[in-house]
Amino acid sequence: MNPEDLRYAASHEWVRVQGETGTVGITDHAQKELGEIVYLELPEVGHVYNAQEEFGTVESVKAVSELFTPVSGEVVEINKAAVSEPGIVNDDPYGDGWLIKVKLSTDEEVSKLMTAEQYDAYVQAEEK
Amino acid sequence: MSLPNEGVALKRTPLYSLHRELGAKIVEFGGWEMPVQYSGILEEHRAVRERAGIFDVSHMGELEIRGPGALEALQRLTPNDVSKLADGRCHYSAFLTERGTYVDDLLVYRRAADNFMLVVNASNTPKDFAWAKSHATGDVAMEDRTEDYALLSVQGPRAVALCSRLCSSDPSQLPYYGFSTMEVLGAPALVSRTGYTGEDGFELCVPAQDAERIFRRLLEEGRGDDVLPCGLGARDTLRLEAKMALYGNDIDDTVTPWEADLGWTVKMKKGDFIGRDSLERQKQEGVPRKLVGFEMTDRGIARHGYPARTASGPGVVTSGTHSPTFAHPIGLALLPTAASAVGTEFSVDIRGRQARARVVETPFYKRKKEVSA
Repeated sequence: MNPEDLRYAASHEWVRVQGETGTVGITDHAQKELGEIVYLELPEVGHVYNAQEEFGTVESVKAVSELFTPVSGEVVEINKAAVSEPGIVNDDPYGDGWLIKVKLSTDEEVSKLMTAEQYDAYVQAEEK
Repeated sequence: MSLPNEGVALKRTPLYSLHRELGAKIVEFGGWEMPVQYSGILEEHRAVRERAGIFDVSHMGELEIRGPGALEALQRLTPNDVSKLADGRCHYSAFLTERGTYVDDLLVYRRAADNFMLVVNASNTPKDFAWAKSHATGDVAMEDRTEDYALLSVQGPRAVALCSRLCSSDPSQLPYYGFSTMEVLGAPALVSRTGYTGEDGFELCVPAQDAERIFRRLLEEGRGDDVLPCGLGARDTLRLEAKMALYGNDIDDTVTPWEADLGWTVKMKKGDFIGRDSLERQKQEGVPRKLVGFEMTDRGIARHGYPARTASGPGVVTSGTHSPTFAHPIGLALLPTAASAVGTEFSVDIRGRQARARVVETPFYKRKKEVSA
């Protein structure tokens, strides 16, 4: 089940907002579809992204996928543990498998993202 | 995130519904809907290296060539020396164009001097069949038997013990690249000691209607040993670690056996065969590029088609993956011959970033040859 305190993008990333900071990761559905993640490429701290911009890549044995940030802002932290051990993202996509933390440049974007319920429906529709 | 596109309705093997039942993820490969993984590529890969894995490779094509002229026809159609094959033996060979490049790579099985079977790549089966028919001379009859058979591959150190329990005669008596007809759970089968993983193992060519029963029994018999059903994902990482070429990735109709480091499959002294003149010429003029193994020295996985840059000119990555055995990115690349020596450093353009790589000895993985139990 997708956590209800998160917001979700159509490109299968989530964001958790705590104050001015948004933590970004990929959804459980995404990690299942990718299979075992063996490589993560994340940006340097200090990079500034607009919402929906590519901020890195995630690779399974078979495939490469781009990562898009659901929110605009400056990268303030990256998950180094996940970079050195990308399997964490499979094991705990909503917890220890987070990817980057962003200092949000606006608080207007988050409300436009999907709720957990909307995302569940979206994934189900996509699978048909 | 961009997720891979899947599930185009195509050909299905007799095991398709079983794959679904086993929870496989299905992808399109070579015109077929095939299981790419069941429990996970890394886990399946490990099962084959340490225990055993069972693959459905029924998408591979089986072509039969019979008749008094069969041996002679195959001598002209393929570069390896068919006259050196004894009954009950197979070897790795190819169909080549007049330019000496690959139409396909394949295995030639000699059942008798007038009775051969070729196992070819799935996506190439119709092309190969048409090519063989139009190029064969003499008194031969050819038949595409792909739909009649299922091909199951049992690979790994426990493959011998596992297959012994299902076969009417002892498969451990087969030499490497030897085969024999026997019964597998009562079904008439051709069992060969072959594979595409770098491990000991067998390929069981069985009637399509018996495939599901045999696959299920293999799984049951292997359960105590943690034998897993394995998909094409693990098959790819296993073959790459063993440096076995994949048609469409490492070899195609632009690559010759000299370039692919597969010169051992070409017997220039055996007499004429299609592609021979071009190969003779390339041998004299020098081979411009070579297929080499590499490992990344920078972070990143270099994948099929990524451009390579060497001190002697451009090259291209033909296969690349994360090696489950070494937990490190490896790959194969076609590089200018002057840049193909072991130890040579070069770079790969990984989606706009130049990442360093180094030519290494191959195969990346070689199993320890032990007296099998």
